[in-house]
Parts: sequence; structure tokens; C-alpha cells
Amino acid sequence: MTKTTYLPAVAGLALCATGALAETPVLQVMTYDSFVSDWGPGPAVEAAFEETCNCDLQFIGAGDGAALLARLQLEGPRTEADIVLGLDTNLTAAARETGLFAPHGVDVDFDLPIAWDDAEFLPFDWGYFAFVGNTGAPAPTSLRALADSETKIVIQDPRSSTPGLGLLMWVKAAYGDQADTIWADLADNIVTVTPGWSEAYGMFLDGEADAVLSYTTSPAYHLIAEDDDSKRAWAFDEGHYMQVEVAGKVAGTDQPELADQFLAFMVSDGFQSVIPTTNWMYPAVTPTDGLPAGFDTLLTPAKALLFSPEEAAAGRDAALDEWRAALSQ
Amino acid sequence: MARRAFAIAPRWPCAAAVVLVLILTIGTLGAVAFRAEWSGGLSSADWAAIRFTVLQALASALISVVLAIPVARALARRQFPGRQVLITLLGAPFLLPVIVAVLGLLAVFGREGLLNTLLVAVGLSPISIFGFHGVVLAHVFFNLPLAIRLILQGWLSIPAERFRLAATLDVSVTGLLEIPMLRSVLPSAFLVIFLICLTSFAVALTLGGGPRATTVELAIYQALRFDFDLNRAALLACIQFFICVIAAVFAWRVSALGTMGAGLDRVVQRWDLSRAWLDYLMIAASALFLLVPLGMIVLRGLPGLLELPASVWPAALRSVVVAIGSSALCVTMALSLALRGGAMVAVIGVLPLAASGLVVGTGAFLIVFPFIRPADVALPVTMLVNATLALPFALRAIAPAVAQCTVDFGRLGASLNLTGWAWVRLVVIPRVRRPLGFAAGLAAALSMGDLGVITLFAGQSEETLPLAMYRLMGAYRMEAAAGAALILLALSLALFWICDRGGRVNADM
Repeated sequence: MTKTTYLPAVAGLALCATGALAETPVLQVMTYDSFVSDWGPGPAVEAAFEETCNCDLQFIGAGDGAALLARLQLEGPRTEADIVLGLDTNLTAAARETGLFAPHGVDVDFDLPIAWDDAEFLPFDWGYFAFVGNTGAPAPTSLRALADSETKIVIQDPRSSTPGLGLLMWVKAAYGDQADTIWADLADNIVTVTPGWSEAYGMFLDGEADAVLSYTTSPAYHLIAEDDDSKRAWAFDEGHYMQVEVAGKVAGTDQPELADQFLAFMVSDGFQSVIPTTNWMYPAVTPTDGLPAGFDTLLTPAKALLFSPEEAAAGRDAALDEWRAALSQ
Repeated sequence: MARRAFAIAPRWPCAAAVVLVLILTIGTLGAVAFRAEWSGGLSSADWAAIRFTVLQALASALISVVLAIPVARALARRQFPGRQVLITLLGAPFLLPVIVAVLGLLAVFGREGLLNTLLVAVGLSPISIFGFHGVVLAHVFFNLPLAIRLILQGWLSIPAERFRLAATLDVSVTGLLEIPMLRSVLPSAFLVIFLICLTSFAVALTLGGGPRATTVELAIYQALRFDFDLNRAALLACIQFFICVIAAVFAWRVSALGTMGAGLDRVVQRWDLSRAWLDYLMIAASALFLLVPLGMIVLRGLPGLLELPASVWPAALRSVVVAIGSSALCVTMALSLALRGGAMVAVIGVLPLAASGLVVGTGAFLIVFPFIRPADVALPVTMLVNATLALPFALRAIAPAVAQCTVDFGRLGASLNLTGWAWVRLVVIPRVRRPLGFAAGLAAALSMGDLGVITLFAGQSEETLPLAMYRLMGAYRMEAAAGAALILLALSLALFWICDRGGRVNADM
């Protein structure tokens, strides 16, 4: 990890300008915070890629997926990022609209429950949203059953959190025009709505609610990292909405070859094998060694739900209004 | 207002502070608005958000201030062992990052919290903290300490000679001294807390129980983050400023100027102290309300200390450096502004409170980005922004003391031709040392817990302690995050205590 100091950095810029540029090329990947953190995939990915690329891989961390897109929009075409990694399909329509992305050019067989044919955005991992509760506690078997029950849940706000937006889409995908009645019936189950995933998950672990909106892979963290099998994801009959996390190449990159090399690396074992136990998601291409032990115990939904990026973008505002109206009663 | 026919203090530091505050508040808003394309107005949901925001801020500020009066009075009247430590500890909630405080509150008032466990044990039905009352409860938890401190400062500013005079005349201290003092202190304390609650976002949402608890700041967040609608964000930020202006004008109109006169810094000896049990009851009740959640944060954090990753320590060091830097900057700015005095200072003193943290961060990003890599200036920008955001509190502590000093000793100083730095160094600083130390401690501690600008600017190696804590939470490591929160609490309190204490060396309280 390179430590930046301010004056030398400025001096360094001046040196570059005078043509003393004989260093290793730098590839800048803009991604969300938890990817970069010591417990995320970042450090292992950096080490593995730098072994082969003869380059310096640098991450720029920016909040969560939504913050990442906002950051990119703030920077516009002048962005220093070569790759943007960590958007999901709810955000790709807006990302595409910026016109900042170039085709990824990678052709590979994905292990996704759905077909993938996006020319600009390349998936690197995916997961199913699910309510996670305690093992042994009563578990509703559908969104409808949850809404009719006395079970208390904590969810995230779709206006500030990607899982929150995922649940909004989940209800919409499963119930269409009846989504507002589901929300109205869910209202008395919802303990509270938090700004982000961390607050909600923390509150669930502290016993504030019977379940929290998270991922089917969340129990894997507790099982593998903490040897604790007390958490389980609830299987819902309507199917589970998916989150597919993608990366894209910035069209104006000054390192096009290196960026292509990174995208190819992204769907290879070196990257994909790191994903399950650092990002706690399913790899987009299952590594040769398969999934780590513990992942076999996870819930596999009977049905995968996912809107196309265009559908998701087009329906979002109306779904938000519906959500707000139903929960503000 | 004291008329001043002579310039006592140097001019340029004040001008520099004014410019910095204006750039970071109005300037950042301008930078955001400049990038926006004008369209649409306010929806009905926006109006609902504005209404909720103002109502909860009014309720929170009112309750905080009303509850703080008897506690501050009791603390001003009584001396007991551990009083100083208690006053410092009571200030802690104000310094905590939101999520830490919320989890601490939930450990007491939540579904499986202490209170409900107790209620169920004695056969009563459990209560829910979520809803409007939860938002107000949390805001009172955060801001009661600030209200107590601001009002306590007012009590301590009444010279001992006044109490002697009241005793000699055998009149009630309440009517002669305390009510006039409160009239000059309360409106400004109310205003500060109202504005803090006005820009609240995470507390209101987390404890509000649903989208009913949408504040303007959340709408700004949504506009900036999800919709990338800079126009809407700028419009909403303007509304926030507008509400702030109305509140500020109102507060100035109802507040009276303190006219306590000069004293010789004697220790106050009260002869009118009856009903000690009532004072101690007030102190005990507030201590219970504020310290039990803090105790839960400590308890939750202790096991996590063992699991802290090594990277927490450099992050903590970075936070401390930023805190000390922004504290020094903040106090310098506050002192230079206070020395000039006047309406400008009053305006500058509330502007940062009304600014939306997100708009400040985004605007600063837009200003900086064309010239420098944001990550390269993450820490200096954080320092500047934190200093500015803490300025209203510092100013509130320092400005009255400086004004009093000028009123009391300005003529004497002028007759001795004592001006410029000599005046500041020989007269002002020794006389305002106590609020100066308090302000420095507050600024440092506020900066420690801040998680505003840094999230937008930080790269891989500019992590601060609150950011490290959030990243731990985001990676499922809730226990380690609780440990980091404990370190954060301890460091914030330590910084506050050192500065506050430093201001009181040789001074009797």
C-alpha cells in the first residue's frame, strides 16, 4: 500500500510534467468502500493482479454502489478512474447514460441464474436478497406470509441504500400492481428503516428485530468466519430478487490495454476465488476449486427475479412513491 | 451592544475566517447549484419532509433546553467530589458518531434493551422507541449535554460579586440574576440545537420508524446520491438555509444582552442553597439518562478491542492529527471573529450549522476536483471543513466572554494604549481561557467523530477512525466495530478533557 504525502505528491506531478515518467503504469479502479477495506476483496485482488501485470493497481474508494455512481457523475469525463467496479443492475442504466463507458469485450460463460449479454458492464459477483433471521425462529415462506405475520423486520431505505432499493424492486417484480398492498401490509412488520445496510444488520444482531433484509450469503459469513450457524436466510415462494455487481471500462482511460487486462483478470480464478469469503457473494464465474465449504449449506431460491437495467430505471420513481405512500399511512 | 470607538484587535485574521466560512457554506452551495440544470419545484413529499424536519427540530430543541435548565442550575449551585469528571462525561453523547450513539440508546431503550427487560420483569408491557418520540429522545440525548454546557457557562459567567450583592440586599437570586442571564443564554442555545436537529439525517431516519421520518437532509442525500439531481439538492439546501435564517432572526429578537458587569473572578459562595435533594435528583436523573447508554457502548466495545485489526491504529492517529489541526484552526477563527464582534460574527456563527454536510462535501469536491486529486487533499480538506462546522459552537463559547472582556476592560486597555496582539495576549486570552479550552476540546472531539467530507474524499490510505469503524461494520465485523467505537469514544473524551482542563489551569470553578 503506498502512503500518499501531500507535498511530495505535488512535486511528483511536477516531475511527471517534465517528462521524468519512467515508472510502472498505474491502473486506477474506482470501487465501493467495503471492496477496498482490509476485509474486502481489494488487498488480495491487488496482490494477485500486480503479480502478472507489471503495474500498480490503485483503488479509489467511494461509499457504496450508489455513491460510486454519484462520484463518477461528479467527476465526469475528467475522471482519473480507468475501471469502475461495484455498480449493480439498478444503477447501470444511469451509468450507461453518462456515456463514460466503453464495451468490455470479454466473452466468458457466466455462472449466473440468468442470461447476461451486456456489452458495457461485466459482472464480477452476484447474490440473492433475502431476509436473514435466527435459526429455529418461525420463518415466513413468502413476502405475503411475512406481511400477514407478526414478525418484526428491519429494512434499509431505498433512497439511500442499495439493498433497500433491491427490496423495492423485489416487491415490484413479485407483485407488480399489487406491490402497494404488500407494502401497506408490511408496514406494521417494519420496526424501522435505516440509511444503510450496516445499521440494519447491526440492529438485527442486537435483537431489535426478528430478521433483516440482507443476502442469502449472509449466513455463510457467520458460519465460515465465526463458526456460528445461528443465522439463516428465509426462502420465499415468490422467488428472490438478485443483485448482480458489475464493472465497466471508462472510455477515456489512459491505460486501455491495462484496463482490458484487468477485466479479463476479473473473471479469472485469481479474482473470482477471492470473492466468496471477502465480499460474501457468489462469484460470477465459479473458480476451478469450486465454492468454499459452507456455501453448500446456503439457500438456493427456486426462482430468480431481476429487472433489466432499463426496466429498473424506468420503474424506480413510481415504485418509490408507492413505497413512501404505503409506509407513511 | 457595546460601542467600540477604537479598533482593539487585528483585522485580517477575522477577514480570513469570514472568507473561509463563506466559501465552505455559501460557496459550496454555489458550486453545486452552478453544475445544476434548473428544473422542477417541490413535491408534496418534499413539503411533508420540511414539516417533519421543522417539527422534530422544534420539539427536540425545546425539550433539550427546558430539561437542561434545572440540571445546569444544580451543577452551578453544588460542589461535590467528581463534579468535574461528571461534567466532562455528560458532554460525551454530543461527541459521538451517530450510529454509535444510536446503538447505545437501543441497548437501553430498544426491544431487548435494559428498560424493556426491566418493564417485562415487573410485569409491564414493553415500549417501542421507534417513531417521532424516538427521534426526539435521540436528539435530546445528543443535545442535552450541549444545552447543559451552554447554560452552565451562563451561570458561571455571573460574577461572585453579584451574588454577594444579592445576598446583601437579601433579594432572590432567581429574579435578579438568573432570569436575566437565562434570557441572554437560552435563545442562542435553543437556536444552536434547533439547527443541529434541522440538519439531522441518520438519527431521524433510523429511529423514526419509516419514511414518515424523512428530513430535508435525507432528501438532499437522495438527490445527490441516487438521482444525481444537483438542482434539487441545491434547492433543498437553500430551504434549509432559509429555515435557519428565520430561526436565527427569531432567536436574536427574543434574546437579551447579558449585563452582569465585571467581576474579580472570586469563587462564588452561595448562601441561598436550600433543597439540596432536588438539585442532586436533577443531576442524578440526567446522569442516568446520559451515562447508561454510554456505559452500554463501553460494555459492547470491550470484547471487540481484542479483535481490532492493526489498521485501526494508523486510522486513529490520522483522526487525532486532523482533530488537533481542526481544533487549533477553529479556535483561532473563533477568537479572531469574536475580537471583531458585530452582526457579521453573529451571521457567521450560525451559517455552518444550517449548511448541509453533504452539500458542503459535494461542493468542496467540485471546487477541488479540477485542480487536485481529491484523495491527496482528503485530510486537509476534512480539517478545514471540521473546523468550520465546529465554529458555531466555539464562537458561542468564546464570543460572549470576549465581548464581556472588552466591555469590562476595553476602556482601561485603551487608556493604556494596549492594542493589537498585546491586548489579545495580555488581557483577552487570560480572561477567556476557560471558554477557549472548552471550545478547543469541543472542536477536537467533534472532528474526531465526524464522518462527513472524508467519505467523499478518502482513498485507500486516508482512512480515519470513524471511517474504519464503518468499514468494519460493512464487512459484518460488528464486534470489532464496537471496539473501534469504544476507542473513538475514549479518544474524543480524552481530547475534550485535555483541552477543557488546559483552559482551567489555575482557575477555580
